Amino acid sequence: MIHVVLPAHLRTLAGVNGTVALEIKGPPTQRALLNAIEDAYPMLCGTIRERSTQQRRAFVRFFACGQDVSHESQDDPLPEAVAEGREPFLIIGAIAGG
Amino acid sequence: MSTIRVLVGTRKGGFILTSDGKRARWSVDGPHFGGWEIYHMKGSPVDPGRLYASQCSGWFGQLIQRSNDGGRSWEPVGNAFAYDGIPGTHQWYDGKPHPWEFKRVWHLEPSLTDPDAVYAGVEDAALFRSTDGGREWQELSGLRSHGSGPRWQPGAGGMCLHTILLDPVSPGRIFVAISAAGAFRTDDGGTTWRPINRGLRSEYIPDPAAEVGHCVHRIAMHPSRPQVLFMQKHWDVMRSDDAGESWREVSGNLPSDFGFPIEVHAHEPETIYVVPIKSDSEHYPPDGKLRVYRSRVGGNEWEALTEGLPQRDCFVNVLRDAMAVDSLDPCGVYFGTTGGQVYASADGGNAWSPIVRDLPAVLSVEVQTLP
Repeated sequence: MIHVVLPAHLRTLAGVNGTVALEIKGPPTQRALLNAIEDAYPMLCGTIRERSTQQRRAFVRFFACGQDVSHESQDDPLPEAVAEGREPFLIIGAIAGG
Repeated sequence: MSTIRVLVGTRKGGFILTSDGKRARWSVDGPHFGGWEIYHMKGSPVDPGRLYASQCSGWFGQLIQRSNDGGRSWEPVGNAFAYDGIPGTHQWYDGKPHPWEFKRVWHLEPSLTDPDAVYAGVEDAALFRSTDGGREWQELSGLRSHGSGPRWQPGAGGMCLHTILLDPVSPGRIFVAISAAGAFRTDDGGTTWRPINRGLRSEYIPDPAAEVGHCVHRIAMHPSRPQVLFMQKHWDVMRSDDAGESWREVSGNLPSDFGFPIEVHAHEPETIYVVPIKSDSEHYPPDGKLRVYRSRVGGNEWEALTEGLPQRDCFVNVLRDAMAVDSLDPCGVYFGTTGGQVYASADGGNAWSPIVRDLPAVLSVEVQTLP
């Protein structure tokens, strides 16, 4: 199982508390994980990735194993520790404003 | 006794204000969707328990929420707003072509006859319709493709379709308004459209009498007389007596004819309300006095309504969707400010009092009169 930490607004929207655990079929990539999140929680469609382009929304960031992986290809493998469930995949609302 | 439900969209959530028909004591429920921008909430006229809300944020995009119990509970429905076909381009601020890009839903207008049918006015300007309670949305693309779309240009607040008026007498007739393109009408349910801006004059565009390009801020009508329209434009308060075929100015003795909202009394089709602000670059009331102006003769002759409103040091604005009326007698009038106050008058505007004073900046106000 892959563990995902959603930002507070999206936890409220999805009606979940704490970490979300997801099973991924096939190679564990960022795209597969985001697909799994949206399959499990359809109300999150369009909130992490743009509906029209399927690209990460500008003010959403991805972190894993202490690294910002926002700009990694969606088709690259997730870090091994995330894929094996030892480290969570963090989805963060970017700090913006003054 | 009747119940009044005021739906307030703010920069940081939605609020539902409720009172009995005396409109003296109010309960405040919210925030719903705390932390999100609620551009608009509106109830179905045929099923008052059915509410729709436009929820959005710069981080997480657009959502549409639906309630079947008057706002006690909500469920997210569809948020896929895909332009029909190849979106094409409109003009950018520099006059160059710019691709149409969906940004947010400004206004939701439920059908007059079907609680599952609802229209959405969006930025970049387009009109969408759902016939399944908001799950799926289809663009009425004849509006953008009738010919003038490539010449539309955004106003300072974005290129938004903010006004949707459904004609209760002619079911195929819909009026919409877009900043900064102007007003448009369909007579066939949204298939074909044409601009209805003859008589508007905007000195701030290259051709002041152009077919499109006018920054219309809001249009209002009385349901008993849908061929009569009232418009608050970027500058000028206007009136049409022929369903938008022609417009004439009725700003009259207003201290400023710049403003955003315009509303019509529930029982007096010639009684209209505006909230003048100083100018396009000074979005606050003249002289620091918050005054609603009322005309009882359809424009030109205006009286200031000040009782209960701050008459010094007031520098708030009232946005285009932030004024509404109830249908009780006497008619209640409501508006919300960018300072977070929601004011109510239970006597057609003669006297006002705040329902709440410290909400986030108010984006929209709608009223339901419940039996």
